[in-house]
Amino acid sequence: MSDRVRMRVFAVTGLGLLALLLWGLAGLPDFTVYRGPYGDILNRLAVPQRSTTDVVTAVNFDYRAFDTLGEEFILFSAVVGVTSILRAMRGERTRAPEDEAAGRHVPETSLAVRVTGLGLVPPTILIGLYIVAHGHQTPGGGFQGGVILATALLLTYLSADYITMRRVGPTWLSELAEGMGAAGFALVGVAGLVAGGAFFENFLGKGTPGELLSAGTILVSNFAVGLAVTGGFALMLSEFLLQTLTRRRGRGRRPRARRT
Amino acid sequence: MSFLPYAVVAYVAAIGLYGVVTSRNLVHLVICLSVMQSSSYLLLLSIGFKDRASAPVFADVPLGTRAVDPVVQALTLTDVVVGATVTALLLALAVQAHKRYGTADPQELRPERR
Repeated sequence: MSDRVRMRVFAVTGLGLLALLLWGLAGLPDFTVYRGPYGDILNRLAVPQRSTTDVVTAVNFDYRAFDTLGEEFILFSAVVGVTSILRAMRGERTRAPEDEAAGRHVPETSLAVRVTGLGLVPPTILIGLYIVAHGHQTPGGGFQGGVILATALLLTYLSADYITMRRVGPTWLSELAEGMGAAGFALVGVAGLVAGGAFFENFLGKGTPGELLSAGTILVSNFAVGLAVTGGFALMLSEFLLQTLTRRRGRGRRPRARRT
Repeated sequence: MSFLPYAVVAYVAAIGLYGVVTSRNLVHLVICLSVMQSSSYLLLLSIGFKDRASAPVFADVPLGTRAVDPVVQALTLTDVVVGATVTALLLALAVQAHKRYGTADPQELRPERR
């Protein structure tokens, strides 16, 4: 399809879609007018019922935990998908990256980047753990904290190199964390079924709102999800970075001649 | 003025789709799709918004303070996670497509002739 034909088709269908979208949005209640009762009910009940001061986390890991389990396994299958799409293909070999432009000098990572990068690793891990552990009190939780924790691994790549990063966070460890975390979260649900009679029933002691050890299974779920997200993102990051080493070897196969 | 956030939703979705259709680079295409998806975050948060209300976090405000809907915010978190995974998967496919065809331009990708 030529560019012009594509743009014409898009102009017609796109404008139609936009009109439908605006029409649908116009039927919504006015902005700032809130109709649904559920938000207000939860805002009133979540703190006394579940001892969580962050109602969003209470919704995610307790009232709507079943959905979050699905979300967690979407992440899980996406990680599996990325690792299998990026697996080594026939004839691929991993090699230390070399610059392909002849005579170009590749500057080494500067000392400033190395020191700053390495210096940022401990605070990043600390913030990540803090966000995971306080998900039931303040905005945050397993998903957000897990991404921050995986960033710490990326900082070791930035300040050293890929080999060092794989030594700090080897694939088996990331895979183990991802699997254990996802299974742990599912087990919290099953434990609720056994101990409380309903899947994801919050059967642990709720404690006092505002204290670190409170909110029952929500805290446990946050740690399990944090582990899974850390492992999953670490795995995806190292798979993508491995491609920067793998891609270079493909010099033998020339790109196909372009048909224009 | 009360329609403005919804107009922004439609605008963000439309420019995202325009980018997807006209893109000449697979990475750019994936980012355009993320832009398009971010309109759904905005829509969800707009639906749950209330006038003069705080976040649904009662860590340092007393219980009973007027707060926005926490359910749509939780949905938005799900949305963000799904968006991130879709982006990762599509980028992985883009890497492999580039390896196979030697180009990242979606308009030059053709089925391989056997």
